[in-house]
Amino acid sequence: MSAPVGTVDKTEAAATPPPHASAPSRRSRADGIGAASVILALNNIEVVYNHVILVLKGVSLSVPKGHIVALLGANGAGKSTTLKAISNLLRAERGEVTKGSILFEGDEVHSLTANDLVKRGCIQVMEGRHCFAHLTIEENLLTGAYTRRDGNAAIKRDIENVYTYFPRLRERRTSIAGYTSGGEQQMCAIGRALMSRPKMILLDEPSMGLAPQIVEEIFGIVKNLNVKEGVSFLLAEQNTNMALRYASYGYILENGRVVLDGEASALSENEDVKEFYLGVAEGKRKSFRDLKHYKRRKRWLA
Amino acid sequence: MLGPILETLIGGLLTGVLYSLVALGFVLIFKASGVFNFAQGVMVLFAALSVARLSEFFPMPIAIALAVVVMIALAYAIEFLVLRRLVNQEGIILFMATLGVTYFLEGFGQTVWGSDIYKIDLGMPKNPIFVLESVFPGGLLIDPSELIAALICAIMVVALAIFFQVTRVGRALRAVADDHQAAQSVGIPLNQIWLMVWAVAGIVALVAGMMWGAKLGVQFSLSLVALKALPVLILGGFTSIPGAIVGGLIIGAGEKLAEVVLGPVLIRMFDLAGGGIENWFAYVLALMFLLVRPQGLFGEKIIERV
Repeated sequence: MSAPVGTVDKTEAAATPPPHASAPSRRSRADGIGAASVILALNNIEVVYNHVILVLKGVSLSVPKGHIVALLGANGAGKSTTLKAISNLLRAERGEVTKGSILFEGDEVHSLTANDLVKRGCIQVMEGRHCFAHLTIEENLLTGAYTRRDGNAAIKRDIENVYTYFPRLRERRTSIAGYTSGGEQQMCAIGRALMSRPKMILLDEPSMGLAPQIVEEIFGIVKNLNVKEGVSFLLAEQNTNMALRYASYGYILENGRVVLDGEASALSENEDVKEFYLGVAEGKRKSFRDLKHYKRRKRWLA
Repeated sequence: MLGPILETLIGGLLTGVLYSLVALGFVLIFKASGVFNFAQGVMVLFAALSVARLSEFFPMPIAIALAVVVMIALAYAIEFLVLRRLVNQEGIILFMATLGVTYFLEGFGQTVWGSDIYKIDLGMPKNPIFVLESVFPGGLLIDPSELIAALICAIMVVALAIFFQVTRVGRALRAVADDHQAAQSVGIPLNQIWLMVWAVAGIVALVAGMMWGAKLGVQFSLSLVALKALPVLILGGFTSIPGAIVGGLIIGAGEKLAEVVLGPVLIRMFDLAGGGIENWFAYVLALMFLLVRPQGLFGEKIIERV
């Protein structure tokens, strides 16, 4: 059953224009916008860990310049792997992109190192914050400027800029990062990434382990950065509700495949998303028997 | 009575500086990669062997310069063949890798340079100096070569401390020590950083090897001075350059003083044979420190958020 549907879908993606452009579709948004304004494009990438474990099974997505795109899905769906595949941090975990292409600003970046990519303006903020615990907040920010060659004055100016976005970091600038709160560490991690003057930030689960209020604050700042600094974001999140409120477009990942994608507003209205990711069921609560039905549909979608 | 004690103290402090020099190599690598480099002692031996043998064919300054090249090449080989493949692995795995490097280098050094006892002649003044002759009868004896070693060590320590604390690369080194992957994610090239730090540690080993080699002769047992660096590290803290110095001074002075002051007491009170205190004093001191202050005097606090 699934094979013919899949084939139809693929040919449809190749053809233009699709019959249901506004509805969530499996088409990448890049087709509609034109390649010039796409900052990041993944074409059908496959990732294998330890030479045997297939984690991503053909993921395609694109991020338009100046937009926030959300990458949603449950634990183990492949969100972090996707981000690490882009930022080239995968090799350190014995992962490998075995198929497909990753284009940043139109250039294939697959063979670059993480360091090269940061120089080009694409940086990842890792899941779980990963601040340098024994460095002060300000030293943490300074490490983010490691790849820059434009002098101390510019770096100082940018530190001030980061402090205006994250006033809390200014208060804690001389504190050892390991002793600051989770929210402050997340801010520090984002601020540190900003210090490399990125065009695009790959933001992995900024909401992890933080109080809802702090999450709200951090997402607000992300949006702010997006609007004022023109930084594009690819945002991996489990907090679907939050992510869809701030993103303009979303992809839903399951078992290493994109099963759904669409405008954020359309996704948050989508019945399946509502039911399985936002936890809002139509009418009364459904029983687990219905999961079977969903699983069947998932297979169909994949 | 005060004269001999003071003399022992000064002698101990100067020996301590030499301990610090060895400990410094450990600290550098530990600080920058979180790896306890078991091979440091053997690197000292290898460096000393290189200088000793090369100086047979070249004048000393050229031999030293060539030995620097050898140590940098060694750092490159270790980074390329071992560390690069172990990015993001547990500390214990990296430690095991350095254990392998140790035994390889031990044999390889003999294969290349031979296994006889060689000597390094740095042309340092050998005749002891006597100071404060007006205060103490006979004055205090100081070994001038140790004094020079102390001076070199002090310069290296100040330079390295500034390098780590203030410069961009030094900051990157500390960042790498904290979190390999995060350092990579912000664009710090791990391979270059490791190469650099192993090269610097190699050069520190070279200085230590030359000083010890000139003192004891270059032979296999030179690699055992690394064992004396262990209590120094525990005392001073694995991550602190000033700690390595202070630790070295305490151990150096402590063990010599213990021999002179504690020895007679033990002999009188327990009717022991006495002697040999110098051999165990440092380790007992380190053990006591581990119980009270596991991160050492100046080590980075073990950060635990609750």
